[in-house]
Amino acid sequence: MPRNVRDVVFVDGVRTPFGKAGPKGIYHETRADDLVIKCIRELLRRNPQLPPERVDDVAVAATTQIGDQGLTLGRTAAILAGLPSSVPGYSIDRMCAGALTAVTTSAASLAFGAGDIAIAGGVEHMGRHPMGEGVDPNPRFVSEKLVDDSALFMGMTAENLHDRFPHLDRARADEFAVRSQEKAAKAYADGKIQADLVPVAVRRTSPDAGETGWGLATADEPMRPGTTREGLAGLKTPFRPHGRVTAGNAAGLNDGATASVIAAEEVARELGLPVKMRLVSYAFAGVEPEVMGYGPVPATRKALARAGLGIEDIGLFEINEAFAVQVLAFLDHYGIADDDARVNRYGGAIAFGHPLASSGVRLMTQLARQFEDQPEVRYGLTTMCVGFGMGATVIWENPQWGNR
Amino acid sequence: MSGVAEVLRGAAERFPGEVVTQAHVRHLDLPDGGGRFALITLDNGFDHTKPTTFGPRSLAGLDAALDQVAAEAAAGEIVGVGLTGKPFVFAVGADLKGVGVLGERAEAVAIGTAGHEVFRRFGALGVPSFTYYNGAALGGGVEVGLHCTYRTVSAAAGALALPEVFLGLLPGWGGCTLLPNLIGADRAVTVIVENALAQNRTLSGAAFHELGIADALFEGADFLEQSLAWTSAVLRGELVVGRPEVDRGAAWDAALARGRAIADGRVHGAAPAAYRALDLIALARGGDLDAGFAAETEGLADLIMGDELRSSLYAFDLVQRRAKRPVGAPDKSLARPVTKVGVVGAGLMASQLALLFARRLEVPVVLTDIDQARIDKGVAWVHGEIDALRAKGRLSGDKANRLKAAVTGELDRAAAFADADFVIEAVFEELGLKQRIFAELEAVVPEHAVLATNTSSLSVTAMAAGLKHPERVVGFHFFNPVAVLPLLEIVRAERTDDGALATAFGVAKKLRKSAVLVKDAPAFVVNRVLTRFMGEVLGAIDEGTPADVADRALAPLGLPMSPIQLLDLVGPAVAHHVAGTLHEAYPGRFAVSPNLARVVAAGKRTLYLPGGGEPRLDPEVAALFETGSAALTEEQVRTRALDAIAEEIGLMLEEGVVAEAQDIDLCLITGAGWPFHLGGITPYLDRAGVSERVLGRRLLPRGVASVPAA
Repeated sequence: MPRNVRDVVFVDGVRTPFGKAGPKGIYHETRADDLVIKCIRELLRRNPQLPPERVDDVAVAATTQIGDQGLTLGRTAAILAGLPSSVPGYSIDRMCAGALTAVTTSAASLAFGAGDIAIAGGVEHMGRHPMGEGVDPNPRFVSEKLVDDSALFMGMTAENLHDRFPHLDRARADEFAVRSQEKAAKAYADGKIQADLVPVAVRRTSPDAGETGWGLATADEPMRPGTTREGLAGLKTPFRPHGRVTAGNAAGLNDGATASVIAAEEVARELGLPVKMRLVSYAFAGVEPEVMGYGPVPATRKALARAGLGIEDIGLFEINEAFAVQVLAFLDHYGIADDDARVNRYGGAIAFGHPLASSGVRLMTQLARQFEDQPEVRYGLTTMCVGFGMGATVIWENPQWGNR
Repeated sequence: MSGVAEVLRGAAERFPGEVVTQAHVRHLDLPDGGGRFALITLDNGFDHTKPTTFGPRSLAGLDAALDQVAAEAAAGEIVGVGLTGKPFVFAVGADLKGVGVLGERAEAVAIGTAGHEVFRRFGALGVPSFTYYNGAALGGGVEVGLHCTYRTVSAAAGALALPEVFLGLLPGWGGCTLLPNLIGADRAVTVIVENALAQNRTLSGAAFHELGIADALFEGADFLEQSLAWTSAVLRGELVVGRPEVDRGAAWDAALARGRAIADGRVHGAAPAAYRALDLIALARGGDLDAGFAAETEGLADLIMGDELRSSLYAFDLVQRRAKRPVGAPDKSLARPVTKVGVVGAGLMASQLALLFARRLEVPVVLTDIDQARIDKGVAWVHGEIDALRAKGRLSGDKANRLKAAVTGELDRAAAFADADFVIEAVFEELGLKQRIFAELEAVVPEHAVLATNTSSLSVTAMAAGLKHPERVVGFHFFNPVAVLPLLEIVRAERTDDGALATAFGVAKKLRKSAVLVKDAPAFVVNRVLTRFMGEVLGAIDEGTPADVADRALAPLGLPMSPIQLLDLVGPAVAHHVAGTLHEAYPGRFAVSPNLARVVAAGKRTLYLPGGGEPRLDPEVAALFETGSAALTEEQVRTRALDAIAEEIGLMLEEGVVAEAQDIDLCLITGAGWPFHLGGITPYLDRAGVSERVLGRRLLPRGVASVPAA
């Protein structure tokens, strides 16, 4: 049968405020699945033109698919969010690029014609599911020297990246981190972030962490406005004595969830849904697991090539800041200045936090907001590094472009 | 404040066992720039299986939380105050155990006053207050929210009600005054009186909102988030909450009249709570809260110091606790699994049993009878009932298919019961017939099978006597209508072993029945008490008391039906048969009424004329009566009947028919529908002085089902 690939668009995206993992974090007593559910419900609430039964699939990513992140989260979250039982769902895992992969996998299905509308998102409650929970790496990784021991510890891979690019030193990483905090604070002050946050009711029963009872999470907990270079310079380097990676120039351990509506463009237009970004191309690439932070470089090269674009065509970048050095490596490779205004205008994960499998949709939501503000920009990209040596990049077109 | 604090301290000393509800104050920023907000969470530190209640320490804690938020409001630090509960529970009202310990009226007044004083503060904070009914809210839990400026309710919340009148109390922490002023007298009567007296019917979140008690309804998945967003919109003036004007004219009178009619229909004037609540609703019409609250406190104190309430609390405890843990039941680990049930007989009773077993046990149930036509009729009846349940939406299509497939008929008993684990007979009440059936069953059922009889009056021991394995025979006595009345009298015959008995109790639990262990004594508990009492009423008629006088004699007790209505329900023939059995056993105390014998012989099925209105004796029945000339007054008949009941209960306890008087009350409440305000019957016999007069002692110690000695 003849068929045409259809254009796929990013309709809308939301997220919970991100929290700090651990007993004092805002979500310590909140279930991971509940975080996803609140996002899905918010999407349906703010897009009443979308009949829930028109959702063809629900893809939800989580790195650790155990307990409240297990049980085929996409399906269970769909039921718990009140979607009709006719709407199926599934789970996705590509570690940090989980939500990003949920979006690209959904998009590929829609482009192929296997559905019109999907919900794609991710969650990671790193307080309830610490990194490495329940893992059982095959001993051959080490015995056959397939990867170095350090490949399993993300902080060590960031140190390895500093080793590979000695000119990307701690001072540059710290400077980048300070700017991330400043930009995030400004974005909050300008009201660029709040509109896409879903407030979450949070319960606390232990007085150690503050007032007890029900509260409401309305802002990202990890933010540290007022961070200075001097302050960062004094931080310890937990992954290596006299190393370069610190809690200040890396994203923390966080809890949070995201979700987005992805649709075939013709269906979005038919239903009157917003069209915030049009998918141009995407790519995943592998690199040595010991320097997983380098992944965005080849992934972006592939995505650009597939789109027939050059790096100079990209007007806005949303790069996940798992580690400052990993962003610097990307910018360095593509000849972009550390403080280029096109990059992470609202700040990044160093300020907001990085609940692993949820972050991809945060990048997209922020890029979509920037597209609205900057109709002169035609293309933007979202990219992130992924554990075990991968990179993921999605290139988007601004539907506002040309409507100046 | 200090006055309340002192009162509460005193009450707290009286009630050391209180499970204390903490009132946690937490601050948050309302969405959309709504401002700083203080949210109070009620939480007793346990999960939802131990719901949050208000005792004196809990009220004091809430008072302290209100001190804090009132100061913050005065300082302009917060724009509003919210109140919500722990997951699944908002608050289920006053801690009833705390009511039971009150021995002096002044204490009861203090508790009433303290509740008002604390709750009222929600209306006087200087900033708007909001209640978010997130889950179960009963009594004082609902009332605290009525004092707030606004309310939201979760669509996922079940168990929303003001059940006080059901228990013999009244909504006395603002409910009787505030609710009619909020939603009008008619709806208030529905919630406070009608629902409470309808077996404590509760409201869904949607109904709560529909009645106007809550201003907004949100789904459970993000109830608190949406409530806070709504709060923000209200506080920013973006949303104006409109409430319909309450009709304070003729509608108010009509509502009160309706409430009185409902109360009369249920308690026949015999218990004060509903009437006191209606008086308060009448008073609320003018909207004077001070007067209303003062009257609520008086009403509460009067009821708390009355034995009707104590009897109700006792009865409530029996059905809530004792019914779930039957006294004397063997360890449940001895129970054998029941994966198939056999029913001997396919008449109406047998068919009702088959339906109940199939629905609750969800195992195959096979009916047998002496010919295929009867079997087909029985199975068709069960299938028809299942279809009717399906049509009403009570069963899904799949479930209906499953149940219909489960209920079958079989003429050949050997084939039917070869793999049955539990076989119950429901054939005509004739000892020889039942003995024959059990002997036949024994030959075909598996060795472990329990043989049960639904006899209402025959000796289970005698029924088992000729068997090789009498140890597996139990009495399993249901009450008609089987689907409605919760009681199941489980009879231990002389040789019944623990395994069979434990299996019977296990089955009873799955059937969701209140099982009471009884000794194999004639007519067990309920029929023995009812027959004795009925015998005295019929005796009075036989001796010359006009039937209508005798029939009215027990009216002051507020029983669900008069003696002759009861006789009509049971059927004269069955009543006569049971009376005969008991007369054989205890000829001195149980008479056989010659007039009843004539009614039965004439084939009359009722004594009263059919149709509504005032009950009238059927003239044909009256014509059959041959009576003496010794007419008693209503009071004399009542004394005679109550004395007889007291005597019989005294003897039953001496014989060890049940473990304790509590079991007799539990049986009468769950098997005969005798009211909470009588506590079954023994609390009433004690408080009316009957047990003292007849037995020379109380049946229950003072303080159990009565106001403790001060």
